[in-house]
Amino acid sequence: MKSWLLTKDHKRIAVLYLATVTLFFFLGGAFATLIRVELLTPQGGLVSSETYNKLFTMHGVTMVFFFLIPSIPATLGNFFLPLMIGARDLAFPRINLLSWYLLVIGGLLALFAMLAGGVDTGWTFYTPYSTTYSNSWVIATALGIFVAGFSSILTGLNFIVTVHRMRAPGMTWFRMPLFVWSMYATSLIQVLGTPVLAVTLVLVFCERVFHIGIFDPALGGDPVLFQHLFWFYSHPAVYIMVLPGMGVISEVISVFSRKSVFGYAFVAFSSVAIAVLGFLVWGHHLFVSTQSVYAGMVFSFLSYFVAIPSAIKVFNWTATLYKGSISFATPMLYAFGFIGLFTIGGLTGLFVASLGIDVHVTDTYFVIAHFHYIMVGGTIMAYMAGMHYWWPKMTGRMYPEGWAKLSALVIFLGFNLTFFPQFILGYLGMPRRYHVYPDEFQVLHVLSTAGASVLAVGYLMPMIYFIWSLRYGALAPANPWGATGLEWKTASPPPVHNFDEAPVVTHEAYDYSTVMGEVIEVG
Amino acid sequence: MASDAHGETLALREQFDSEEQQKDASTLGMWIFLITEIMFFGGMFLAYSVYRNFYPHVFAVASSSMNAIIGATNTGVLLCSSFTMVMAVRAAQLGQRKIIILFLVLTLILGIAFLGLKAYEWNVKFEEHHVPGPAFHLDGVDTQGPAQIFFSMYFAMTGLHALHMVVGVGILTWLIIATYKGRFTAGYMTPVDIAGLYWHFVDIIWIFLFPLLYLIDRHLG
Amino acid sequence: MATERVDSVKTYAAVWIVLLILTALTTAVAYVDLGAFSVVAALVIAVVKMLLVALFFMHLRHSTHLTRLVVTGGLVWLMILLLLSFADFMTRGWVGVPGR
Ligand code: HEM
Ligand SMILES: [Cu+2]
Repeated sequence: MKSWLLTKDHKRIAVLYLATVTLFFFLGGAFATLIRVELLTPQGGLVSSETYNKLFTMHGVTMVFFFLIPSIPATLGNFFLPLMIGARDLAFPRINLLSWYLLVIGGLLALFAMLAGGVDTGWTFYTPYSTTYSNSWVIATALGIFVAGFSSILTGLNFIVTVHRMRAPGMTWFRMPLFVWSMYATSLIQVLGTPVLAVTLVLVFCERVFHIGIFDPALGGDPVLFQHLFWFYSHPAVYIMVLPGMGVISEVISVFSRKSVFGYAFVAFSSVAIAVLGFLVWGHHLFVSTQSVYAGMVFSFLSYFVAIPSAIKVFNWTATLYKGSISFATPMLYAFGFIGLFTIGGLTGLFVASLGIDVHVTDTYFVIAHFHYIMVGGTIMAYMAGMHYWWPKMTGRMYPEGWAKLSALVIFLGFNLTFFPQFILGYLGMPRRYHVYPDEFQVLHVLSTAGASVLAVGYLMPMIYFIWSLRYGALAPANPWGATGLEWKTASPPPVHNFDEAPVVTHEAYDYSTVMGEVIEVG
Repeated sequence: MASDAHGETLALREQFDSEEQQKDASTLGMWIFLITEIMFFGGMFLAYSVYRNFYPHVFAVASSSMNAIIGATNTGVLLCSSFTMVMAVRAAQLGQRKIIILFLVLTLILGIAFLGLKAYEWNVKFEEHHVPGPAFHLDGVDTQGPAQIFFSMYFAMTGLHALHMVVGVGILTWLIIATYKGRFTAGYMTPVDIAGLYWHFVDIIWIFLFPLLYLIDRHLG
Repeated sequence: MATERVDSVKTYAAVWIVLLILTALTTAVAYVDLGAFSVVAALVIAVVKMLLVALFFMHLRHSTHLTRLVVTGGLVWLMILLLLSFADFMTRGWVGVPGR
């Protein structure tokens, strides 16, 4: 136990993170379940309006700040980034451990707030409601997010320095696996964006405690300034959530079609482009606030540019499949799911990014569906793809392929059943954050709740068989997929210092001629 | 350098191949940390600029109520401390232990002097009722709200800055003790170097706070 | 980055003196009515002081391209935050519809 809690080994820290974020995922899931059950009936009889407000807030806070943001970077990134560039560890192992503790402390603070009575502001903490009117545990929650934010910053910092300074001999920038590129781009956002969230929360804290007036219209303050500051972080933050997923997909698509990723350099640079462009569009969340129309037009226009690098990725993945020798192993199924769902999410992003349409659909279930297609359909699909792909490496055990395929299918179906009806609901005018609604929406809400139940089953399955496999799974060879990355050139699970012999890189990433003969039968 | 000192302090951490790699990594890490600090203070600077732009006259009056002489003096103190800090770093580069300690102590004293003056200033604000809250009052403006926002920004920004100074003072104290124990030599001075970067950065923040809070539009007020 | 460049005490002292002079200057200028230029003057002096501290005291002039890139990047991002926000704050009210 002590050896785990004081470990500086990036692989063990990754496992600590894995346990932590899984816990938060199920906590957020519990809130989601309650929300969906409540929405079964138009009158919303199960909980009071106050409780409902708290439910969706705590769902959002938990999922965004304590699950999605740390999910892929802190678990898979932590475990595999050093391995993939041939390093013995991250540049700053102690800071790595510290950042896990910060996440835990932040999480405990937020948890305390939830148990003590909850928060009801929405995960967006809009002022002046959050600073002047809300009677819930805003400060404790904000503090928790503040602390978790530093966890995120330190992870990003660590990764950037590691990629710059710790690459193995011969591991040039353009030999790096695309997952590493995407983690690097993600880290840039974490480092440049998160501090602004931190200072915003400090200001909210000051406003709430000392009534300093910065966000209070009564004193001449401007609540919309809060929205600017918040979304300066939170739009880029959506890319903290999805870029790592894109990196996972690049790895998986390549391995299971036995082809080098089409247009490697484009895919690599598009990650960085997304990171940069993502900072120029935040005002598209403020279209119906007092933001000036001119700024709205600028932000709307700029928003379309983010779609370009995202589309480049989707096209290049598709092109990678072309004439590939494709195998439908579980990670690949999840990757297919990702591509389809992310595309829908991204395209609806274009809808909401256009000023005129957004005025109609903003704050409706259309927006809810949009971002769930990306965050759940995109990020979590990719996370599952990555978990299955690297599980043998992390644990030294294979997961049961049949069950895994089934889970991928169940999750895909459940997901669409849950969220597709929400597009229609939103388009028809169902507002978000309400638990009482006109009767004619009930059918679609019931469908959505039914889908959520299927989805829940889908998520429980991997939970069970992953744990099962730790004991009963077949022993994993060093390179079960015949993949090219350095992480597959060491034992499963890897030794403490990752490589028995310091690796020297002589090939591009994804050069499958180098693993000929090593290839082992795939599911 | 003595080999046991090596074992204790230079200790090349196991994830690195060479001391140079280790030093480069630490320096890069510090610079990136400073970038996060830029963005952190950046949010405050944005809020300040927005309200200054909304209420130029009130801000001018409020700014003029500040004691510019104390502000300027404090700026001078901090700049002197930056000079002594860089001299400490230089001494570390040359491996002159006593001189490192001398300059670190000077830096520490100047840092504490800055904080002392700051505390005095805040105290005056309390006496003048320039502290945001029910008792707040500023003469010469029509609306108290925006004036209060100016002082909110003043306290938030200088408070955050002072907090960084306090951390800096802590780091300096630790460095002085570590240097006294002979941890740093010409071959290994990364902590001194990095602490220097931090200290100068905090100085730079003040270089902007001073004119923004004390000086701009003084002639109007 | 391999070789440590040790600057002379004279250089540091000169920079220090210039910084103190600039502080006096910016304080003095504040009492002169320059109209809109008082802001410009104050900020220009502050930027010069920042550059002096960064280039000499923080050794930016001896540092790697990467370090310079990091610093420039940070400043550019700060500008993104300020400028795009001001794209809103400066253009409010242009259409003459209350609240827009
Ligand atoms: C093609 C790229 C994208 C565009 C153009 C886009 C555009 C938008 C716009 C305009 C909104 C605001 C809608 C409204 O409130 O009325 C929005 C909301 C949202 N988007 Fe996206 N988006 C894109 C990609 C993403 C990605 C990749 C994610 C997450 C990984 C994401 C997550 C969100 C979230 C969480 C919200 C709702 C925030 C809230 O109000 O609670 N979006 N998106
Ligand atoms: Cu957005």
